[in-house]
Amino acid sequence: MAGAVLVAAALWASVWAGQCAEPPGSDVFREELLLTPLRSGDIAATFQFRTRLDADLRKEKVSHYRIFPKVLGQLISKYSIQELHLSFTQGFWRTKAWGPPLLQAPTGAELWVWFQDSVTDVNKSWKELSNILSGIFCASLNFIDSTNTVTPTASFKPLGVANITDHHLLRYATLPREIVCTENLTPWKKLLPCGSKAGLASLLRAERLYHSSYHSQSVHIRPICQNADCSSVSWELRQALTVVFDMYSSGQGKRDWSIFKMFSRTVTESCPLASQSKIYVDVSGSGKEVDLFELNPPTSLERQVVVHGDRRVYAEYDLSQQGTFSTSRNLNVALKWKGRTAESAGQPQSPLFHAERYVSGYGLQSGVINTMVFNNHPYRAYPVMLLETVPWYLRLYVHTLTITTRGKENKPSYIHYEPAKDRQRPHLLEMLIQLPPNSITKISIQFERALLKWTEYPPDPNHGFYISPSVLSVLIPSVINQKTDELEESTLFSTLFPSSDGSSYFMRLYTEPLLVNLPTPDFSMPYNVICLTCTVVAVGYGSFYNLLTRTFQVEDRKGGGLAKTIANLIRRLRGVPPL
Amino acid sequence: MGLLSDPNRRQALSRVVTQLNTPLCIISYLVGTMWFLGLAFQPFTLRSYISENSMGSTMVEEQFVSGERGLSYAREFAAHKKSAGGSPVAWLERTMRGLGLEVYSQSFVRTLPFPDETTERFMVKGTNVYGILRAPRAASTESLVLSVPCSEGQNNNQAVGLLLALASYFRGQIYWAKDIIFLVNEHDLIGMEAWLEGYHDVNVTEIKSSVMLGRAGAIQAAVSLEMSSDVITSFDLVVEGLNGQLPNLDLVNLFYAFCQKNTLLCTIQGKLQRTDFDTFPGYLHSLQTMLIMMLKQGSGRPQGDHGLFLRYHIEAITLRGINSFRQYKYDMNTVGKTLEGMFRKLNNLSERLHQSYFFYLLPCLSRFVSIGIYMPAIGFFILILILRSLDLWIKLRRSDGTAEDGVMDTEQDPRPGILSLATPIVICHATGLSLYYLPVMSQEMATDHFPVSESEAVVLTAIAIYVAGLALPHNTHRVLSGAGSDQGWMTLKLISLLYLAVLLGCISLINFSLGFLLAVTIVPVAAIVQPTGPRALYALLLVLITPATTLLGSIFLYRELIEYPVSLLECWQLFLQAIAGGMLDHYLYGSLLFPFIAFFVYPCWLQLWNVVFWK
Repeated sequence: MAGAVLVAAALWASVWAGQCAEPPGSDVFREELLLTPLRSGDIAATFQFRTRLDADLRKEKVSHYRIFPKVLGQLISKYSIQELHLSFTQGFWRTKAWGPPLLQAPTGAELWVWFQDSVTDVNKSWKELSNILSGIFCASLNFIDSTNTVTPTASFKPLGVANITDHHLLRYATLPREIVCTENLTPWKKLLPCGSKAGLASLLRAERLYHSSYHSQSVHIRPICQNADCSSVSWELRQALTVVFDMYSSGQGKRDWSIFKMFSRTVTESCPLASQSKIYVDVSGSGKEVDLFELNPPTSLERQVVVHGDRRVYAEYDLSQQGTFSTSRNLNVALKWKGRTAESAGQPQSPLFHAERYVSGYGLQSGVINTMVFNNHPYRAYPVMLLETVPWYLRLYVHTLTITTRGKENKPSYIHYEPAKDRQRPHLLEMLIQLPPNSITKISIQFERALLKWTEYPPDPNHGFYISPSVLSVLIPSVINQKTDELEESTLFSTLFPSSDGSSYFMRLYTEPLLVNLPTPDFSMPYNVICLTCTVVAVGYGSFYNLLTRTFQVEDRKGGGLAKTIANLIRRLRGVPPL
Repeated sequence: MGLLSDPNRRQALSRVVTQLNTPLCIISYLVGTMWFLGLAFQPFTLRSYISENSMGSTMVEEQFVSGERGLSYAREFAAHKKSAGGSPVAWLERTMRGLGLEVYSQSFVRTLPFPDETTERFMVKGTNVYGILRAPRAASTESLVLSVPCSEGQNNNQAVGLLLALASYFRGQIYWAKDIIFLVNEHDLIGMEAWLEGYHDVNVTEIKSSVMLGRAGAIQAAVSLEMSSDVITSFDLVVEGLNGQLPNLDLVNLFYAFCQKNTLLCTIQGKLQRTDFDTFPGYLHSLQTMLIMMLKQGSGRPQGDHGLFLRYHIEAITLRGINSFRQYKYDMNTVGKTLEGMFRKLNNLSERLHQSYFFYLLPCLSRFVSIGIYMPAIGFFILILILRSLDLWIKLRRSDGTAEDGVMDTEQDPRPGILSLATPIVICHATGLSLYYLPVMSQEMATDHFPVSESEAVVLTAIAIYVAGLALPHNTHRVLSGAGSDQGWMTLKLISLLYLAVLLGCISLINFSLGFLLAVTIVPVAAIVQPTGPRALYALLLVLITPATTLLGSIFLYRELIEYPVSLLECWQLFLQAIAGGMLDHYLYGSLLFPFIAFFVYPCWLQLWNVVFWK
């Protein structure tokens, strides 16, 4: 329990301080784009659009919305939402090859919402909310029901200004099978003040975004402090979009990239409504070996930040400055590698923390869910909070839960388990596990596959059933000391999760979803069964009817006795022929 | 029931069963045999078709053109393999990483229960190397496997080259929805078993392997490729897997469809399809093809690396590139295009392959015999056993009935005691158990006392125990009193026949070929044996149909069918190898044939032997 408190404390102890230069009372919009070359040679582009509404939706009735989307504002007021986090993801962030993500999201759709303590029936609000969001984002969020909703006790904490700790106000659900496409992107873009007409959002062309290895879009709404003493509260809408371009397949093995090559257009202007519009390019690594690559157009603005315990250098382009654009009024940031090519990249170094998950065993009766958690930190141990949500049709055997590190049993310091109820709610398993330095921890639990009712199978039952990714929340001690005061301006890099102090940083990782086959009947079987049953019934009934209606006559050898006389007497009374 | 409830009709029925028993049995045997022979006759077979909608047509524009690159990879691989003296792990890892794959390796060690003489190995150490191509559109929930065994000598170098060329080409494509695993497994089947057990994190056999780190979700289908020349004339398709399991027919059809699209010659069991299927030679040809398939399937041995996938419910086939003396040769590009087409079609799968048949026989590639059509053949054989046991049952009841009345002959034998029946059954099964356990357990003792190698010791001990089992009935009968009645042997035979019927019924559902081979030999003799009449003839017949003799005959027949006949002495050598091989298959891959024969078929046969020598 102590560990849970520790994570919890780390999460919300540091209340978000939205420092901003603008005077309070006027809504603010900022747009940022971060381009990060990844270890594998791919490139990640992270867009972040932040809209701030300087009015408290909880207390006053807001009727005038300037740049904050009205549809979301009304939603917050109507359902008394404290915080809302929604993400749609296609593909999987490969931590091992790409390094730690700025903000990871599970494959498919994820929604988690904190309600205000004024809400009486949380389940009802949750159900209605997911249906409305389903309509807003053209997604199948309406499939969120009690069978895939859980209430985690320790893994998810409010990220904004909050004074609630009662986890009964939290609802969490994932839909691992949700497929993300343009119909989800368009409504997401419409929430932006400039739409996709101007600014960085004009780069978001669907045909390029979906021609990538990974695509994730998210919406985060939370209350933040308007000023330093937190006397009044603003609402922040953060729309983030991460896309990873596979430079190997599109660039024929060359690692050179440019904005035009990635998005098939260049930046021509910033959004006029934006108070801040910037492009950052991660140029770390060039420090050690000089002039590995060349950035074009060159920029003089550079910024050093510590992200995920690692000191990084970012080149900065300010789109609000006219000088940033070329003579033809566009900006096409390009990076050219000099000399050495991708060949020299070698094996990517493994990140400090990552996890993978798989199902083991064969056959359709039972199996084991295994999660391998890697702590590659050279000398520090740290705890990880693991959240597993398993659908009811996999019956977990909790007594088989084993956690082993380096061949020895590892006892979790906190376990919260809620068993599933058939057709009603999923299994929920939360554990706080201490990871020794430089170790692999294997968590395995056996399950049995249930046989569904034949109407419960989806149209493609042999595809298998998805198990949502497990969530790992971890506070990683950083290798280098970071100074907190640098973080205030560079909002993009610090992401949503505040860091408690300089010595560690918070990260939430998701494992891959699992695909499990359930025993599937042959669906032409009902027909066979009907044929067979009819035959059996016909034959059986016929014979029994025959036996029951036939008059049996016992050949009388000795001439009967008292019993027969009595029987005949009764038969005569009944009017049937005597024996 | 109406028939049975009427005593008169029941008597008539039992009269039919007893009096017409022999003709009925003969007719049944003939019908069963004719039915079986008819299976290969073209008008009776079904034309194969792809049932899976998502693989419906071959409408894929294959663009693979890096066949030359594959050959240069192959040469490089051959050089590195030679210098490394095994799988060139480091080179493979480097090359695959250079292609943009996620590369992992898995090392394994397997100590065989006794040395394998044919391949000369006892302790097998190796490393499997595999690279995963991560699909951009999915979260590693599903995957496909392309595997190539890294064999000794110059074998399969070209297959590895093609695998690398395909990996490089596939890496540049964006349409993958399933991860693709490119696997180079060392030591053929042992390496494959190690990899599969590692991937599924189970330990079925006693293989030891390193912890596997890279995974790619549930494997949907696998193709194993073997090719040892730069050009090929035809592709041979191998389907028979462990314990006679077969891949879904759709996978076979998919391959056949792409062969037709690329006008590639494809064979099955090394036999090309004939066009004159309506003539007698054409019929004989397809019968031959089907018989070879049945002999291979009946052996329960995986005929290619794909065979081990089937246990994990992964549909898999092996493709063997053949370079014979035909005029027209196909280069790497055509082969690569065929594989590309197949993988792109498999990539489209939304569900596991399940639409088509899992139980079938292939008289040729374009036609198949489904389970519904071939099962009656064995049904007729089992009918013989049932008819015979009905006959025995009625006879037993009749003698019971007369004995109870006490009117007829008082010198009728007393009913056999439970002890006199249970003893031979228990002894037969105990012999079966010792046949299973003793050979491997006592190999050390045998090598100490006799000048034989371990594997010879195992095989010879097995044969010795097998033969020693024949001597048992003479010994047991002396001890037991009151066992030598007519009722005694009839009851024992009744039990044996029913036992045999159940055994054959069960095994033919799992492995039709094995069931059929056993049934066609054992059933007629089992039906006629009895302790009266020409006992020497019965004993001879029983020896001729014992599972061991069936194995010998099958080897002989197989070599005849593949047109590579052997002399009797060679056949004996092969027979000894097959016994050792069968036992190794059981210990290495979990093949069920050896325990099935030792625990069930052989004891059942011994019971019949007991019947013949009943005194």
